[in-house]
Amino acid sequence: MKRYVVGGFSRPLLVVAIAIASNALVIAQSPSYRTPRTPDGQPDLQGFWTNSTYVPLERPQGVNKPYYTPEEAEARIKKAAAAESAQTTPGTTADVHYDFSQFGLDRSQSTFVRSLRTSLIVDPADGRVPPYSEEGKRRLAARETEAKKLGGRWDSAEANQLDDRCIIMAGPGPPMMDTAYNANYQIVQTTGYVMILTEMIHDVRIIPLDGRPAPDARVRQWMGVSRGRWDGDTLVVETTNFNGKNPFQGSDENLKVTERFRRVADDTIEYRFTIDDPTMWARTWTAESAMKKTVGPIFEHACHEGNFGLYNTLVGARLEEQRAAEAAGRRGGSSDAPLNKESK
Amino acid sequence: MRNRFLIATSAALLMAVAVTMAQAPQAPAAGRAAAAPAYRAPRTPDGKPNLNGIWQAINEANWDIEAHSAAPSPIKELGATGAMPAGAGIVEGGTIPYLPEALKKKKENQADRLKLDPEVKCYLPGVPRAVYMPYPFQIIQSTKHIMMLHTYAGAVRTIYMADQTEAPADSWMGWSNGKWEGESLVVDTKGFNDQSWFDRAGNFHSDALHVVERFTPRSADTLNYEATIEDSKTFSRPWKISLPLYRRVEQNAMIMEFRCVEFVEDLLYGHLKKQPASK
Repeated sequence: MKRYVVGGFSRPLLVVAIAIASNALVIAQSPSYRTPRTPDGQPDLQGFWTNSTYVPLERPQGVNKPYYTPEEAEARIKKAAAAESAQTTPGTTADVHYDFSQFGLDRSQSTFVRSLRTSLIVDPADGRVPPYSEEGKRRLAARETEAKKLGGRWDSAEANQLDDRCIIMAGPGPPMMDTAYNANYQIVQTTGYVMILTEMIHDVRIIPLDGRPAPDARVRQWMGVSRGRWDGDTLVVETTNFNGKNPFQGSDENLKVTERFRRVADDTIEYRFTIDDPTMWARTWTAESAMKKTVGPIFEHACHEGNFGLYNTLVGARLEEQRAAEAAGRRGGSSDAPLNKESK
Repeated sequence: MRNRFLIATSAALLMAVAVTMAQAPQAPAAGRAAAAPAYRAPRTPDGKPNLNGIWQAINEANWDIEAHSAAPSPIKELGATGAMPAGAGIVEGGTIPYLPEALKKKKENQADRLKLDPEVKCYLPGVPRAVYMPYPFQIIQSTKHIMMLHTYAGAVRTIYMADQTEAPADSWMGWSNGKWEGESLVVDTKGFNDQSWFDRAGNFHSDALHVVERFTPRSADTLNYEATIEDSKTFSRPWKISLPLYRRVEQNAMIMEFRCVEFVEDLLYGHLKKQPASK
């Protein structure tokens, strides 16, 4: 059975009924749903969840409406799912890296969030990240200049991408975004805390609910520092103190993310986040997605410990340089063979 | 860090009291948590002993779980800041019962520690090392799952209190099933790989490692921690460690990021950097 989540937060009473082929009527939130409780009376969000989805953050160019028809949405999912499998033709370079048609690496083989939305962004109304402010543009340019100093992607570990370096991925956020695969989470609650474990790459959010203030501004973290509270049945989490080194859509260290988690069915948590970064944008912007119940367990993703990819790509790049230098008929600058030194 | 000083002071006092109270001297058991009078912990809303909190070991076990003297830093430039503090050890009976071949490997590990210690490389710490590393960890206790969330490398353990299965695959932190025995949380962990160490002194194990831990509240702000370690490929018999864990009582105590991967990139991959084009 396919279920479509349609923006319950902005329209709490809206009940959207959609019939697709033989599928039954599906609703965003049944007014009669009562959120289960933990033994100490909190709304119970515990369990294993996924935020995997084919809905892009920004509305694609040429699409000028907030929702697809069910037929359009289904066609779009089919096309995207086919593209995921097609990228790994046996024997190709892509195939060597990840075969998305196997092991459930593609989204369509596992549970994913179905939605008629054309973008996760619901505000502004055009479904797109607002333009950067003048100060934002200046900072982006400065960041680019800094990044260029590190050289190309394969010049050093530090010049590579954060995910290839096993430093951080898109899953834990905040905001918590879909990762291409393993977009799995476990929520565990105890009195005074909500914990969210992200399978990629065993990142943990420990969210205190006791009203404590954000820490000293000198405390800066990759995932910021989160503080939570219950607003009725909705978990509201504010996160500040980012280190600015993992810019979400260009955000800077002044970013404040406000998230709202609300369980609207046994198998669905609605998830909404607002991005407030006055350094980068003159206005806030908001997106909406969901987490669907999935099966556990969460496996250990020891990314750094098994990071042969980073090592091998660096070795490969140095080898290519060496060969190019030899082909050019001169002794390469790397003939003192950094490759011969032992690594891990 | 005034509060840490207070904790350390109270710890020293507790140990002193325990030593004074001990009647019959036992085998050297410096690491053994002082025997506390029977203590009944506060309960969680579902009626279990409440282990929630941020905990930390205060000892020198991460340098060497066996008794050891102070020693200089292996890196000259670090001076006294990199030196090893002396420790009385946390191994019951004092000595780890290695098989002869394994003892040889332990000594090789120790001799080549900077190159081999997984902690140097920011690798996941394994069990029980995660518990007594000099960083706080937080227990988030729910009915079906108890989470142990470590500062060092963001290491995570899920203790399954329900839906228990065998380890589905080997891993750094193992696969943990838990149960309550009176006041104690008893955690049975298997499914380890053979990569983690017990300390910076090269004490190690194989993938046959089996750890049974007992977390027992001993006062409002302390736990007794015991672990029985079994690994027939490495040790001639099971052996035990024990130590107290202390609650981080500061109001602003929190697990903060120690995302050490970026701290070790130059160490691990620096020799593979692109060299300047011409000399």
